[in-house]
Amino acid sequence: MTDPVIELHGVSRRYGDGPPALHDVSLTVAAGEALAVLGPSGSGKSTLLNLLAGLDRPSEGTVHVAGTRVDTLGEAASARFRRTYVGLVFQFFNLLDDLTVLDNVLLPAQLAGVRGGAARQRAAQLLGTLGIARHADAYPGRLSGGERQRVAVARALVNRPALLLADEPTGALDSAAGEDVRRLLGELHASGQTIVLVTHDEHLARACATRTIRLADGHLTTDTAGVRR
Amino acid sequence: MSGLGRVIRSGVRRRRVQTVVIGLVSAAAVTASVLGAGLLVASWSPFDAGFAAQHGAHLSVMADPQLVTEARLAASKTAPGVTVAAGPYPAVTLSFTSTGPDAGNGRVVRPAPGPEAGPMRLPPRTVVGRGGPGGDVDRVDLVEGRWPTGPDEIAVAQGAVRIPLGVRLEAPGGPALTVVGVALSMSDTASAWVLPSALDALTVPGATRGYQMLYRFAAAGTAAEVDAGRAAVAATLPPDAVTGARSWLDVRQRAVADAAVFVPFLVAFAILGLVMAVLIVGTVIAGAVTAATRRIGVLKALGATPAGVVRAFVAQALVPSAVGAIVGTVAGNLLALPVLAETGQLYGSVSTTIAWWVTLAVPAGILAVVAVTAWAASLRAARLRTVDALTVGRGGDTTGGRSAALAHAAGRLAARLPVSRPVGLGAARPFARPVRAAAILLAIAAGTASVTFALGLGGSLIRIQTAVEQNTADVVIEIPPDETPTAGAGSLGPDPAAILATIAAQDGTRAAYGLAQAPAAVAGLADPVGVNAFTGDPTWDGFEMVSGRWFAGPGEAVAGQEFLGAVGARVGDTVTVQADGTPVRLRIVGEVFDSGAAVFTGADTLAPALPRLRPHEYRIALTDGTDAGDYAQRLTSTLEPQGLTADPNRTQLDPLLLVVQGLTATLTLLLVAVAALGVFNMLVLDLRDRVHDLAVHKALGMTPRQTVAMVVASVTGVGLVGGLIGLPVGMAVQHLVVPAMAANGGLHLPDSFVDVYGPATLVPLTLGGLVIALLGALLPAGWAARTRTAVALRTE
Repeated sequence: MTDPVIELHGVSRRYGDGPPALHDVSLTVAAGEALAVLGPSGSGKSTLLNLLAGLDRPSEGTVHVAGTRVDTLGEAASARFRRTYVGLVFQFFNLLDDLTVLDNVLLPAQLAGVRGGAARQRAAQLLGTLGIARHADAYPGRLSGGERQRVAVARALVNRPALLLADEPTGALDSAAGEDVRRLLGELHASGQTIVLVTHDEHLARACATRTIRLADGHLTTDTAGVRR
Repeated sequence: MSGLGRVIRSGVRRRRVQTVVIGLVSAAAVTASVLGAGLLVASWSPFDAGFAAQHGAHLSVMADPQLVTEARLAASKTAPGVTVAAGPYPAVTLSFTSTGPDAGNGRVVRPAPGPEAGPMRLPPRTVVGRGGPGGDVDRVDLVEGRWPTGPDEIAVAQGAVRIPLGVRLEAPGGPALTVVGVALSMSDTASAWVLPSALDALTVPGATRGYQMLYRFAAAGTAAEVDAGRAAVAATLPPDAVTGARSWLDVRQRAVADAAVFVPFLVAFAILGLVMAVLIVGTVIAGAVTAATRRIGVLKALGATPAGVVRAFVAQALVPSAVGAIVGTVAGNLLALPVLAETGQLYGSVSTTIAWWVTLAVPAGILAVVAVTAWAASLRAARLRTVDALTVGRGGDTTGGRSAALAHAAGRLAARLPVSRPVGLGAARPFARPVRAAAILLAIAAGTASVTFALGLGGSLIRIQTAVEQNTADVVIEIPPDETPTAGAGSLGPDPAAILATIAAQDGTRAAYGLAQAPAAVAGLADPVGVNAFTGDPTWDGFEMVSGRWFAGPGEAVAGQEFLGAVGARVGDTVTVQADGTPVRLRIVGEVFDSGAAVFTGADTLAPALPRLRPHEYRIALTDGTDAGDYAQRLTSTLEPQGLTADPNRTQLDPLLLVVQGLTATLTLLLVAVAALGVFNMLVLDLRDRVHDLAVHKALGMTPRQTVAMVVASVTGVGLVGGLIGLPVGMAVQHLVVPAMAANGGLHLPDSFVDVYGPATLVPLTLGGLVIALLGALLPAGWAARTRTAVALRTE
C-alpha cells in the first residue's frame, strides 16, 4: 500500500474570536485520487486548500503532504516545498500580466532551479498538450478566461507536482470554457495525477472526482467515494 | 536568466508608468539633494575653500620703493618658511572720482563730512599693477568682464560698494580709466588692478607709490606663525622697507563674520531639500512595492522564497532609480553652477562647483534610501501569510479592521454631502487608503512649508534692507557740500523751516524732513562718530525701532547697536559727544535698527553746539498716485530762487539681497516641484491599483469629466489639510532662521522684521497646499478619464 499523499489530523483554523473556519478535520488522500471538496460559500473549502498548499497554517492539528509536515514549515521552506510538490490553480488565475504566457509557465521551474533547456522543453510540451502553444509569446491580458486558466494549469504542472490543488477552477469561466477545464482535469487524473479540487459545482465534482467530501461551517460532514463519469 | 531575474526585467519594462515614476522621483530627489548637500558644503567654510582654491596670500606686504629694490624684494622669496611668493607688483594708493552709468551703485552717495568731501569721490584705493589674474599666489577670479588689456582700463575688486562695468574712474590730475572687469581676491590684496605699465600715469600728486609682495608660508595657521613668517621676510629686507603688511587671518575673520549672516538661510534650505528628497523617495518606493503585494503573494505561492522576493523587488526599484540618479546627478551639478555662483557672492567667496565627493555620495545615498525602503516594504509584504498577500488589492488597505470601518464611515458620510456623487466618492477615497493619503499629505505639507518659509524669509529680508538703507523717499533735494556749512564763516544757506514749508505746500507732498550730518568725538573712541540731525519727522523713511522709542524733544537721541556697543551704552543712558569741541549730552531713548555707527537726534539738540549746521539733504514722501518726476520738476521750479533742485530718488535693491531672493526662488521652485511630483507619483500608483474599479464606474455611466472630478476631489481635502499643516511649520522655520541669521550677523532685529505674515499672505499660503495637490493630480486625472473601460475590466 502506497503512502498517502495527504494526511490531516485534527486540523482546525480559527480567525480571531469568531467561529472556526475549519474544525477538527481529519483526512487522508491516497496517491492518484481525485478529491472534490464541496460546500457552500464560507464552509472552509478554500481554507482547507490553503493549508494543504502551505499558504496558511492551522491553529491546531497536523498537515502532511507528500511526506512533508507542512504546518511547521517557515515561509522559505514552505515556498521550496510548493515549488517541488504542489501545483496551484486559482479561481482568478493569478497570472503575472507582465510576463508572457511562456514565462508564466516557466516561472515555477526556474524558481526550482530546473535547467533552462529542460524547463523550456517541458513548458512547450504542456502548452502544446493544452492547446495554447500559439499564445506562448502573448501576454495574459490578451487571452480569454478559458485560455488563461489553461495557462494556469500548465504553470501548475510544469514541475510535475505530486499534488495538484485547484480552487474553483471553473468559477470565473463560461460553460464552454468550464467544460474544457473539466475535461482537462479528468485527463490529468486519468494519467495518475493526484488532484484536490475545491468547488461548489456538483457537476464538476461528479465529472472529475473519484471521491467527494463536504464541508459545512468548517466541519467535515460527509466523505463519499464516487464514480467519475 | 533566473525566474526572479525575468520577473525583475518584466517588472521594469512592462510596468512603464511605475518605472518612469520611480526614475523621475529619484532624479528629482538626487537633484534636490546634490544642491542641498552642495549648499551645506559651501556653507561649511566658504572662505577657506575659496582661499585654498586661489592659493591665497598668507601675508601681503607693501614696501617702500625708495628703500628697497625690485631685485631685493624678489630675493625675499627664499626667506625661511616661505613656500611660494609672487611679486614684486608695482602699486599705488590714491582716490578716484567716479562718473558714468550708475556711478556709485545708483544709490545716493552721501558725502563724507568735511569741507574736502565731494559727492562722487570714492575712498582711497590700493591699485596694483599685474599682467593677469593668475600666478603662484593670489589667483584672482574674474566675476564680471575681463582683465585690463590697455593702459586706460581697470578691474575693480568685488566688494560692498558695487562699481559696475563701464564706469569711469578718474584720478585727480591723472588719466581716466574705464572699469572693464570685477574680480575677487580672497586675500583682499587690492582694491583694483591695472596693467603694470599704467601705474606710472596713476602716480599723481597725493598718491603713494609702493611695491606689493605676496607670500605663502609652510605654517600659517595661527597669528604667531604668520608673525614669524613676516619677521623672516622683513629680515631679508632693508630696515623700514616694509610700510604695511596684512595677515590672511584678519581677512578671514572679517569674511567669516560677513558671511555668517547667510549661513542659517542656506543651511535651512539645504536641510529642507534633503529631508524632502528622502521623504518623497521613501514614500513613492514604499507605495510602489506595497502596491505589488498581491504579486508578491503569487510569487510566493509559486515557490519564491521571501528572501528571493525581497531581492527581486529591491532590484526592480533600483534599476529605474539608478537611471534617475544618474540624470539627477547631472542635473544637480548643472543647476548648482548658477546657484553656487550666487552663493559665492553671498559669502564673498569664489564660485565653486559641487565637491566631487558630494557628486558620488548623494546618488549613492538616495539609492541606499531606495534600497532600504524597497527592502522594508517588500519584507513586510513577503512576511505576510501568502494567502493574505494574495487577497490584497481586492478590497481596501491591508490593515483592515478599523481602517476598513473608517473607510466605510467616510463613504457613507460622503454619500450624504451636498455634492455630486463622483466628488463624494473622491472625497472619501483618502480614508480607504489612509497610509497613501498620509504620504500625499506629508509631501504637500513639506511643499507648503517650503513656500511659506521662502516668502517669509523674503519679506524679512526686504524689511531689513529697507531699514538698513533708510532710503524710501520718493524725491530728494541734495544741497552741494560748499553750500552746506557746518561751522565757521559764510552764508548759512537756505532756511530749513522755509524749505520744509515750501515742500509741505507743494501738491503731492505726504511728508518731508531735512537731514544734516556732523562728526562728533566720543571719549574712548579713536574715530569720530556720525551724528544725523533731523529737521522734521523722519520716522517714515525706513527707521525701525528695536527697543524704546524715537526721540521726541531736544536732548534726546536714538542710536544703532554698533554705536551703543562702541560707547558701552544702553537705552536710558546719557552719552556726551563733542561737536566742534562743544559737549552735547544725548539721552538715548531708543535703539534703532541701523547698520552703521551713527546716532540720530533733532537739529535743535545740536543747534547750541553747531548753530550754523544746515541740512545737506531734504527727503520727501509723496501721496499715492503722485508721479515723482512731475513732482520733482514742479518743486524745482518753486525752489529755483534758492538754487535748489529736486530729483526723483533712485533706489536699488542691494545686489546681495537680489542674490538671496534669487536663490530663495530657485530653491523654493525646486522643492515645490519635488512635492508636486510626489503627489503625482502616489496618485498614479493609486489609480493603477484602482483601474478595475474605475472601469466599473465608467461602465456604469461615469463620464470622463466626472472621473476627473472624482480624482481631483480625492486630493482636495488632503491638499487643504496639508496646507494647514505646512503653513505653521514654514512659519516656525522662518521664525527660527531669521533670528539665527541676525544673531550670526551680530544684529538685533525688531519683532516686526520676523512677524511678516499678514492676512494678505496667510490666506493664499493656506491654499498653497491645495495648489500643489492639484498640480500633482491634473495628469493622473486625465489618464483616469481616458482609461479604456473594456481593457480595464479585464484586469485581474
